[in-house]
Amino acid sequence: MGDIFKLVVLLFIIFFAGMAADWGRDVAYSVHAFIIMAIASGLFIWQMRRTGEHKPKVDTSKYMDDVVRAGVIATGFWGVVGFLVGVFIAFQLAFPSLNFDWAQPFANFGRLRPLHTSAVIFAFGGNALIMSSFYIVQRTCGARLWGGNLAWFVFWGYNLFIVLAATGYLLGATQSKEYAEPEWYVDIWLTIVWLAFLTVYLGTIFKRTEKHIYVANWFLLSFIVTVAMLHVVNNISIPVSILGSKSVQLFAGVQDAMTQWWYGHNAVGFFLTAGFLGMMYYFVPKQAGRPVYSYKLSIIHFWALIFLYIWAGPHHLHYTALPDWASTLGMVFSVILWMPSWGGMINGLMTLQGAWDKLRTDPIVRMMVISLAFYGMSTFEGPMMSIRAVNSLSHYTDWTIGHVHSGALGWNGMITFSALYFLTPRLWGKAQMYSMKAIDWHFWLATIGIILYAASMWVTGIMEGLMWREVDAQGFLVNSFADTVTAKFPMYVVRGLGGVLYLAGSLIMAWNMIMTIRGGAVQSVATPQNNLQPAE
Amino acid sequence: MSKEKLKSDAEETHDVETTGHTWDGIEELNNPLPRWWLWCFYLTIVWGVAYTIAYPAWPLVNSATAGLLGYSTRQEVAQEIQRVEEHNAEVSNKLAQSNLSELSTDDPAYHFGVSGGASVYRAQCSQCHGSGAAGAKGYPNLLDDDWLWGGSLKEIEYTIRHGVRNETDSNAHWSQMPAFGEILDKKQIVSVAEYVLGLSGQDNDPDLASIGQTVFAQNCASCHGDGGEGMREQGAPRLNDAIWLYGDDRASLIETITYSRFGVMPAWGQRLDDADVKALTLYIHQLGGGE
Repeated sequence: MGDIFKLVVLLFIIFFAGMAADWGRDVAYSVHAFIIMAIASGLFIWQMRRTGEHKPKVDTSKYMDDVVRAGVIATGFWGVVGFLVGVFIAFQLAFPSLNFDWAQPFANFGRLRPLHTSAVIFAFGGNALIMSSFYIVQRTCGARLWGGNLAWFVFWGYNLFIVLAATGYLLGATQSKEYAEPEWYVDIWLTIVWLAFLTVYLGTIFKRTEKHIYVANWFLLSFIVTVAMLHVVNNISIPVSILGSKSVQLFAGVQDAMTQWWYGHNAVGFFLTAGFLGMMYYFVPKQAGRPVYSYKLSIIHFWALIFLYIWAGPHHLHYTALPDWASTLGMVFSVILWMPSWGGMINGLMTLQGAWDKLRTDPIVRMMVISLAFYGMSTFEGPMMSIRAVNSLSHYTDWTIGHVHSGALGWNGMITFSALYFLTPRLWGKAQMYSMKAIDWHFWLATIGIILYAASMWVTGIMEGLMWREVDAQGFLVNSFADTVTAKFPMYVVRGLGGVLYLAGSLIMAWNMIMTIRGGAVQSVATPQNNLQPAE
Repeated sequence: MSKEKLKSDAEETHDVETTGHTWDGIEELNNPLPRWWLWCFYLTIVWGVAYTIAYPAWPLVNSATAGLLGYSTRQEVAQEIQRVEEHNAEVSNKLAQSNLSELSTDDPAYHFGVSGGASVYRAQCSQCHGSGAAGAKGYPNLLDDDWLWGGSLKEIEYTIRHGVRNETDSNAHWSQMPAFGEILDKKQIVSVAEYVLGLSGQDNDPDLASIGQTVFAQNCASCHGDGGEGMREQGAPRLNDAIWLYGDDRASLIETITYSRFGVMPAWGQRLDDADVKALTLYIHQLGGGE
């Protein structure tokens, strides 16, 4: 009966998606409708072949790890894709002729740039967060994921969102809000997927067998809840047509700008900070084999962080149409945020107390330490750049790009790599990664890559800020914009090379993961992990 | 890793208890908040409160607290602009009121104008004419002595003030070459292109060019002159030199003749004040080709 129902639903989707593809008012919409039709058709055939067959009973006494395994692969895959696009657009900035005439308008910088940011933040980072939160919540709650196949819906639904977003950018569908580019129907789809994610997560926490909720879960839950709120509010818009991708934002002018940066900054705060702190709070003590340094610090910095972050958005709009009072509040909350952010770094680094020797012997621990170091550096740099006087120099310059990348490549990237190195052998039942030497290579390539990236962007950022504001004795501007572009060229090449190193490291990781997954017999070491552990 | 193992490790290195909970083998120590961390946190909070008292910060019903220092970003900018304007007032007034052609190059107002004009140029003009003023396809080079609408101070000032073929200023320079694709046949267009290639001293097909000469005399010479020397009153470019705004090759010429061109320049008199327009004129004039 259930199978018939599924088949009927799929038929409806195929029918309506086909109509939408035919009647779509723009290419992006039609292509998206076609993608949905194709996927629904594939599912229909698959479902039809299964109908009436005996389905093996799922063993619910074990953790649900298949979906985490899929997430690990997706994270590695999207990471490589995102870094590759990043390297390409970095060289497009240095050598504009890479905006090939034959690839216009699809592969110009303007369309590839959101492809890069979404691929690394949402595809790589998002898959990393979803898969590790599924892994962590099961282990620390001693419970199997709630909701059965709903977790699979979250995984596939989220990755469909990424495909729709990415193809939309290339075909020119965007609502032109940074980090919130996808158009209305993609936003609605993400909302559904995200609520399913929240349900699975909360359901698992509710049926936990541990008495207390571990700190990683506080961070991950705050990430899921807040991202839902940010996403819905910032994407409120009215479609021009139900058959087209274009929509009109509900907010206008400075209200729209403020909503956008309330969203944008908290995407950094709750997606890239709180979410990844959740990962850090599980993987660092596990890999180091040490207790978390301070329970008290974790409580205080958690609540301070989530209370303060939400106010800091206006620092993106200093010296704009935004009223001064809002700008001041954004700056003040950003500066107060400094110590709560560092609380996570202290707790992470001090957890290694008594295990510092592992820095020499364990490349994964080394990766975690460099990740926390970059976290500390960029959460100091951020409050500093939010100060109005500093911002008047740094705003609109490459310094911002450098800041974002020292956080993203250093903190988010490195903690995710170490999580992948932690998870891959455990999930596929291997004693350790195929090559520990390769992890070492990855570590050094990535670290040198980040340093080249961040240093070159500091130099060009500060240089262009100074050039823009340079005036002569009579108050006349000295440089034209094009002068600053010319002056930045060498640093753009250095930045691109930094990206190449970082990409090379991730390719080594992908190879290492493939070899680990494919290679050798299953080791018994990791097997006990797969059984539910009772509360202690 | 067993609970006992973790605990004994912890007791070796610190004398700190754990909280007693374990999650998947992870325990938490009960270390106090680091003192330096806590004091820094307090310090930023105290600073934050003080700063929001001193500066505009807290929203009220219809406005926000203004702050004890009376600071405002708009006021800060206004003061800065006023300071510079006062500093330059004398020389700037002199420039605005002067007749440019009578202004001596030794006059401080002249130097003020050239450097001010350079600044206006970088901000407003370099996007099209290039930061070195060498132009680009469709945007005239301002360094040479080939002027579409005249290169004297007066003519340059007029062009800057009113612009070219824009909808906003009824005094803008206006002329329009017909799209000869609607008037001549393909053969005639190709021939006249060959003739024009010859005018600018390039290799051409002499047979076609001789046909083109007649076409030229009947259709083009009225604006571009019998010998292609151009006509400034019409903004009709010289054709008997090597300077080409839209390309000197055969294909570009045929495209220009077939579809015509329609270069537009804004009326800067509507956007810049008098002193800036004059300053810009001085700057452009002294770049090399001023008459």
